[in-house]
Amino acid sequence: MNPVSLLVFDALLLLSIVGLAWASLATSDIRRGVILFMAFGLVLAVAWGRLLAPDVALAEAAIGAGLSGALLLAAAHTQPRPLPPESTNTPRNHGAVGVVLRWAVTLLCTALAGTLAWALLHVFSSTPHDMLPGAISANLAASGVSNPVTAVLLNFRAYDTLLEMAVLLTAVLGIFTLGQANPGYQPAGPVFDGLVRWLVPVLILTAGYLLWVGAHAPGGAFQAGAMLAAAGVVLRLAGRTRIGLPEGFMLRLVMAAGVGLFLLVGLTLLILGRPFLGYPQAWAGTLILMIETAAMLSIAATLVLAFLGGRPEATGVKAAANRQCEEIPRC
Amino acid sequence: MINILSAILILAGVFFYLAGSIGLLRLPDLYSRLHALTKADNLGLGLLIAGLALHSQDLLIMLKLLLIWLAVLAASATSAHLIARQAHRQEKVS
Amino acid sequence: MTELFLLSALGLMLSLFLGLLRVLLGPGIGDRMLATQLIGTAGVGMLLLLSVLLKQPALLDVALLLALLAGVAAAAFTGQQQTHHD
Repeated sequence: MNPVSLLVFDALLLLSIVGLAWASLATSDIRRGVILFMAFGLVLAVAWGRLLAPDVALAEAAIGAGLSGALLLAAAHTQPRPLPPESTNTPRNHGAVGVVLRWAVTLLCTALAGTLAWALLHVFSSTPHDMLPGAISANLAASGVSNPVTAVLLNFRAYDTLLEMAVLLTAVLGIFTLGQANPGYQPAGPVFDGLVRWLVPVLILTAGYLLWVGAHAPGGAFQAGAMLAAAGVVLRLAGRTRIGLPEGFMLRLVMAAGVGLFLLVGLTLLILGRPFLGYPQAWAGTLILMIETAAMLSIAATLVLAFLGGRPEATGVKAAANRQCEEIPRC
Repeated sequence: MINILSAILILAGVFFYLAGSIGLLRLPDLYSRLHALTKADNLGLGLLIAGLALHSQDLLIMLKLLLIWLAVLAASATSAHLIARQAHRQEKVS
Repeated sequence: MTELFLLSALGLMLSLFLGLLRVLLGPGIGDRMLATQLIGTAGVGMLLLLSVLLKQPALLDVALLLALLAGVAAAAFTGQQQTHHD
């Protein structure tokens, strides 16, 4: 493989990533910024692939390419839009305070970038004493899966993943405090509706495939959950009222399932005399699959609720009843 | 032999990609750009996928590539329709 | 053969760059949306080539995800929300 061509490829990739990031932050129009950010996510997914990190590339493709644009736009839609689109107004300076603040932020960012650069140079120049890959491959056979990323996430460092699921649960509770969900979308025309009819089953199948394959190849609960969430978002965008999100008690069960099952497994093992989340080797694969399934459902519910922007309205209640001006932020 | 055929298909695919992108830059307005993009791009991807399928000679990979191509076709067509309809709606308003 | 794949990947990268120009220039939101579609399709092509070049079959799955989610972005942008007062 010609190293010069590869270098040119990498340089162009890098240039587009930095350029898109700069442009998406430098615009004053929200929708333009969101589109640029989505393009940034797409190119970033390719970059992760180039860096031989397919698990991260899968996550970036699922979240950055599809969901982040929809999520950001749903948030932008609920804000009042005083400026006309594509305007070139610059934000107002608040005099001297504004200038000092900008310089302070610039210095902080430069310091952070400098520290990161120094750390990277230090890592690459010193003799490698990083024992992590060796430790992982030595213990991989006992972990119950053969994908090292899944082994680290759900066995060796399962406690971190438990805390991450708890963070997601907290986020959903925060979303619930925002009040009722955003209003739904108009029913889709025949073209988009036709796309949705076959896209949603394929998305669900792909989610199941990613969940299953995560044991021995790149994949896993997070990517699968993001695909399920994309299915729900697509149904919502097509104007459907039923988007696969459970209601009432079932919804709360699904939201808590990730953390709940993790804790259940950990505490049961504790009662049985093993360390917290220390799976017995014969059961490790099964336990990991169970926990990943629950985590996938929780993640999907979280992302769909984030897109909805609040408590989902109950289907079957007349729409007019929900729109009464009791919830002041929504009026 | 297979390699030569696959190489030709892949190069043709890249050619159509570039043609579509040049059309995206040079054509005068949104609707003509939609034409250039949706047709040339997807043809380019189709030729690229055909070349890669020939090169891989593995049934599962060929099926996955076929699924990718069908998904991109459907999504591109729908996106082109949605973008054009939105632009038309905004033109009627302004 | 790998040389050919690398050159093709470079060609697709060039195509992506041209799309980037349209994203940054394009006078309307539709042009930017359109160029993002180009970036998505070029990204799919590049990932397919990279999966052969770098011998990572998992990148095919990444390309599949990008392909499936390509339509969601345009739908999110052009969706009309129902108004509050019916």
